Amino acid sequence: MLLAFDWTQLAQQTVIGLSSGGLWALLALALVLIYRSTGVVNFAQGELAMFSTFIAWSLVHHGFSYWEAFFLTLAISFAGGVALERIVIRPVERAPVLTVVIVTLGLFFLVDGAARWFWSSETRTLPNAFSTRPITVAGVAFSIQDLGNIAISLGVVALLWLFFQFTKLGLALRAAAANPDESRLLGIRVSWMLALGWGLAAAMGAISGMLTAPALASFDQNLMQPVLLYAFAGAVLGGIESPFGAVLGALLLGVFVNLIGTYVDWIGTDLRLPVALAVILGVLLVRPAGLFGRRSARRV
Amino acid sequence: MAEVRLLELDGVEARYGPVKALHGVSLSVGEGEVAAVLGANGAGKTTTLRAISGTVRRGGRIVFAGKSISRRSPEAIARLGIAHVPEGRGTLSELSVRENLRLGAYVRRDRKGIRDDERRVLVHFPWLEARRDQRAGTLSGGEQQMLALARALMLRPRLVLLDEPSLGLAPIVVAEIFRIVSELNEREGLTVLVVEQNANLALEASSRAYVLEAGRVALEGTSAELRRNESVRRTYLGY
Repeated sequence: MLLAFDWTQLAQQTVIGLSSGGLWALLALALVLIYRSTGVVNFAQGELAMFSTFIAWSLVHHGFSYWEAFFLTLAISFAGGVALERIVIRPVERAPVLTVVIVTLGLFFLVDGAARWFWSSETRTLPNAFSTRPITVAGVAFSIQDLGNIAISLGVVALLWLFFQFTKLGLALRAAAANPDESRLLGIRVSWMLALGWGLAAAMGAISGMLTAPALASFDQNLMQPVLLYAFAGAVLGGIESPFGAVLGALLLGVFVNLIGTYVDWIGTDLRLPVALAVILGVLLVRPAGLFGRRSARRV
Repeated sequence: MAEVRLLELDGVEARYGPVKALHGVSLSVGEGEVAAVLGANGAGKTTTLRAISGTVRRGGRIVFAGKSISRRSPEAIARLGIAHVPEGRGTLSELSVRENLRLGAYVRRDRKGIRDDERRVLVHFPWLEARRDQRAGTLSGGEQQMLALARALMLRPRLVLLDEPSLGLAPIVVAEIFRIVSELNEREGLTVLVVEQNANLALEASSRAYVLEAGRVALEGTSAELRRNESVRRTYLGY
């Protein structure tokens, strides 16, 4: 029985799971970033990422290479995120949470509508970011694309961690998100820090979108809707307050959903999304703070 | 006493929504002195400090180092060198002690000066060294108050606004905090405007004091004069 088990398949499916989980993790991290500074889940995060991906598609179709388009789109998305915060979120900065939630929902439809207006609804493709050749590691064949996705998502997470942990600006961003009033007294321009957070979140979403699209046979304006749900499930699983938790949650979810789809026949590929939703529900019932979420500081 | 007036408030009003909390407060703080604001709960002590640092809607004239600051934002006022240690200490509880201190110097660009000040602050608060990687939220109340003061010093401030440092702390800790404030004033010429319900301590540590009642200055003078004042003694000192 044990000898008959296909370890190669398990390794391959785990890597595929980590690959999609890594892309969900980037969007999950974007959600966490906004959640920590505004206290709401940005429902428009996925649509913003989709919009960015369409910008990248347009750039590619104007003759830019994939990677040129990738970095240009990153810059555009960052600036767009900052602008969006200034124009749309700033007026409701001090409004009740529900108001902000409604604004992000409005943003969802606005961005979605804009993407359908600018770009026709036909399906399209992005060139592959990496070679499609398989690479053999210890006798098991993996796709370079999957390994590349994993490397990029973990790399971005690591860069972001270094930025928040070791730069003055990153430190000010953390302070502004957790204690806006106190931070103001220290001379931190809290309002701009929030805008910066939106810019970073938009850029991370863009990476997620630009790596998600090439893996698909084709994509349209619904590209990021399932990704947003997976990202949200991952963030809830890990603890929506915790950046580390969200990344780990999304990776775990990626592997879990892919393995369960592989080994449980009746789930297959159709029932993966409901599995993610079941995870959200289960976590909220059993452990509302998530696996790595913690309550606020306690005195010892 | 013809000292330079670092801070001057003239007819300052402040309101929380429809409720007016200050009805024309006038006071001044000289360079290098410790001034105290006394008064009962709700007299407007905290609001006076918040009017100065810009964290409440206010009117009237507030002049700091020759510049009008009554229309400036809290961020801009901090950049002028006013360090406000708010009620409840303003600890960034998720961040470590070291990060709190680093953010105290957030608006400064002089790396060497900041490093020097880190050492200087540790002279007054030696225990911070061992706790530097601990999350600030896990410190005791007294330690958090001292961290808040240390963080204020990291701005290399021209004026420290200290709001009710004794709040919720044991008498021995409060005495220690006031001892450090006096020491900083004597050795480094630190200018402090302290708001305090404990009038004994505040008059002890300060050279000039104001008594607020219902959003107005009811009495002012040198701290020695106020200590001898009959009504201050009965109402605030309790003897």
